[in-house]
Formats: sequence, C-alpha cells, structure tokens
Amino acid sequence: METSIFQYGFIIKGLLGAIFASITAGLAGTYVVSKRMVFLSGGITHASFGGIGIGYFLGINPVAGAAVFGIMSALGVEYLSVKQKIREDSAIGILWAFGMAIGIIFIYLTPGYTPNLMSYLFGSILTVSKADIMALGIMSVILILYFGIFYRTILYISFDEAFARTYSSYVDVFKYITTSLIALTIVLNIRMAGVVLVISLLTIPPNIAMLFTRVYLKIVVWSIIAGFVGTATGYAISYYAGIPVGATIIFTLVIIWVLAKMATLLIIKISKLNQL
Amino acid sequence: MHSLSASYGTNIVLQDVNFRVNESDFIGVIGPNGGGKTTLLKIILGLLKPVKGTMVFNEELINGNSIGYLPQMSTGDINYPVTVTDIILSGLMIRKSVFSGMSSSDKIKANTVIDELGLSGMSKSTLNELSGGQMQRVFLGRAIIGDPRLLLLDEPGNFVDTTFENDFYEKLKDLNKRMAILMVSHDVGTISSHIKSFACVNKSLHYHPSHEITNEDLLAYGCPIQLVTHGDVPHTVLKYHK
Repeated sequence: METSIFQYGFIIKGLLGAIFASITAGLAGTYVVSKRMVFLSGGITHASFGGIGIGYFLGINPVAGAAVFGIMSALGVEYLSVKQKIREDSAIGILWAFGMAIGIIFIYLTPGYTPNLMSYLFGSILTVSKADIMALGIMSVILILYFGIFYRTILYISFDEAFARTYSSYVDVFKYITTSLIALTIVLNIRMAGVVLVISLLTIPPNIAMLFTRVYLKIVVWSIIAGFVGTATGYAISYYAGIPVGATIIFTLVIIWVLAKMATLLIIKISKLNQL
Repeated sequence: MHSLSASYGTNIVLQDVNFRVNESDFIGVIGPNGGGKTTLLKIILGLLKPVKGTMVFNEELINGNSIGYLPQMSTGDINYPVTVTDIILSGLMIRKSVFSGMSSSDKIKANTVIDELGLSGMSKSTLNELSGGQMQRVFLGRAIIGDPRLLLLDEPGNFVDTTFENDFYEKLKDLNKRMAILMVSHDVGTISSHIKSFACVNKSLHYHPSHEITNEDLLAYGCPIQLVTHGDVPHTVLKYHK
C-alpha cells in the first residue's frame, strides 16, 4: 500500500514537473533559439553553478544562490560586452568558467558531505521537491503573462533591435527583463535536467518545432508540446530502466528531433515524387 | 531644423545646418562618406540629440504618424522566424503602447500594403524565403504602413539589385504623392531622376532647390569629380555652392 501511494506521488510530481518544464523551456527556448542566444544561455547555466556552491557553503537553498548568479551573469555579459567593449563570446566564456570555479571552490570548502551535488550537475527528479515544482509552476504563469501581454514588443525588439530603437525608448528595459526571466527559467530547470544538460531542454524543442513551422507563436506552442512529450517519455523510461532522468530526457528529445527531421525529409521526397 | 550642430565626442559632424522639408518634397541627400548624411537622419529620427540648435516638426508630424524609416541595411536577422505580415505590422509600433497587440484593422492595413508593394502571396513567408528586392519592399512596407508624412530612406540602392531598382524608384514616385521623401545616397550616379531637389551634406549642408544644370556641387566631395558616360544618359549637374 505504501509503495503505491509513493508511486502515485512520484508520477504526479513527474507529470507536473514535465508540464511546467516544457512550458517554461518552450517559451524561453523559442526566444533563445530565435535570437541566437544559445551560447549566452549556456554561459548563464554554468555561471549559476557558482551560486549553487555558495548556497551549499552558507547553508541556504542552492537554487536561490543559482538564481542570483544566473541573473548577475546574464546582466554581466551585457555590461562587459556593451559598456566595456569586451567581445560578447569572450565575456560569456569568462563568466561561464568563473561561475564553475566559484562553485567548485565553495563546495570543496563546505564541511562534510555535500548531498545532491550530482543532482545539480546532472538533474534528478528524486531530489525535486514540492517547492521546486511550485517554483516552476509560478515561473510558467509569469512567462505566459509576460510573453502574452508584451508579445509584439518582445518579438519586434528581438527581431530588429536597431529599428525598435527608432520608435521605442523601452528597448533596453525589455531586453534586461527578458534575459533575466530566461536566466531564472534556466536555473529553475536545473533541478530537472542538471547544469550540464539543461541547455538542451531549451534548444531541442524549438528546433523540433522549426522543422514544421516558421511562425514564432506556432514554434512556441509546438516546442511546448514536443518538450512535454520528450520530458514525460524520458521521465518514464528513466523510472522503469533506473537510469538518470536528465540524461534520459535529453536523449529522448534528440531522438524525437532526429525522427522529425527524417519525417520532413521523407515528406519532401514524397512531394517530389508526386510532382513527377 | 535650425542652425543645428551635431557631434560624436569632440568630433563635429554637422555644423550650423539649416534645413526645411516641405510636404511633397523629394530630396536627395548626397555627400561623401563620413560627411554626416547618416547623422542627419539620426537627428531627424531622434536617435541622436543635437549639441546645438533645434528641430521643429509641424503639428501633424508630431501627432502620431510622423516618420517612416527604411534603414541602410536590414538590421534584422533574415533567419528570424517572423512573417512578412508581422514585419510590416511592426511599422505601427510607433503609435502603440508596449501593451497593445494588433487589431484586425491593422492587419487589413498590412494586407493593403502587401498588395500595393507586389508582395501578395508572400504574407506568411519569412525573410530567408525572399529575394533581395522583395526583402527591401518588406522593409519599405514597414516604413509606410503608418502613412507617414515623411519617409526617410538611407542608401536604398545599397541592398537592392539593379533589376528591382527601377520598380523601386517608380514606387517611390507614387509614394511621393502622399508623403515627403528624404533619400540619402552616397552614390549620386544612381540617384533617381524622380528626385526634385538635392541637399549636399559635408559637415555643412547646401540645399539645391531643383535639379538645375550647371557645373558643380560636387565640391562637397573635396576632389575633382568627372562624369563619365556613354550616349543618352540623363544627368544632373548642380550649381556652385554660394
């Protein structure tokens, strides 16, 4: 009896986690992929590991530390590249490694055993708490509202920033808010997929969607669906096969992407045959 | 625009520029690279504050519609997943708050512009599916959807191939019936014959009210300029600056 209740809670947790992860990753990921910010997002992810390390050291919630580091590194890259004229990719590379270094140093300095460290690096649904799921749920609502209300503004600034500056004085405000929200999304999803793998949670679903549509809004919807299918399937496989969940999710998503790519190639081939 | 100066740091780019654009003007702004043509546009667009002098719009210009702008090159990413309709609609953002979406009348307006510019059937395309000329028309659409009183064009010859160029200038002639046009070009040679007057910018600005035939203006280039041509090429030579 006890096991079945345990299983039930586990499934609910996994299902909710999959839903919220795919909503947040789909919304943030479409923006990241369209705007070619994948490398920046990777930098944010790894820099936030510094916050995890400090969190352990001070005995506070590592996710909170990661959130601070994530947002600071996102804004730091912007500051270094725009104000200090350091090349953006170099700035990302520096903060990426710096965050990791801080994380490693503070985890080393933390006395005793550091539990769940592996779960931050590679993700684990086992250690995802109710609070983590709730945080992801709140993040989903925030992102839906933000992108829903400011859809046109965000889309046009992201597509053609220079032109947007000719009609709006809010370009920088929106850029900073959007980038900060993306940093938060990444950090909250680290619990699901881990520092090393979370970037794929953002990038693979929009790339699956973009095989079939080039309309921004449709890409968002389809990447949420693709993300959910991949996350839920990966979760189930990892549960029954007893393999790490983050890696299984990413593996599943890549398989879906490959199958989708093959499907589009097949469709092109068939339509060519029909023309003959 | 009254006795206006502009500079980047200590580098004075424009000095004591007096300039006026009237309705139905079609002004070609010419001058050497680095002469301040783009700076002039930036000031008109409000992207750069003049260090001295003022710029005055008449009331109609201040109210809403104001200025349509076609940048030198598209600054947008041509692989960005955004449709032709959506790009053209972005020209209306100048009148909208950050909260607002597009109404159905905005979308009807966008379709009218799409048809007018010969982009029918491409409304759902993205930029990477279009030719250079079509892309330029999309950005022209973005500039004119708000029915501006003044259309600013920055080096429109730059990203269009010659086959589209004639069409493009014909289109501008049409548009000129509805709006004043200020067109920047560093290439006097390809400036269209539809232009009604010239302004030469090289730190200072000289205005030529029409295309009268004499021999110069090109002094602004700071070196002797020779027109080389075969046969019946229509050409315009401007008077000396006073």
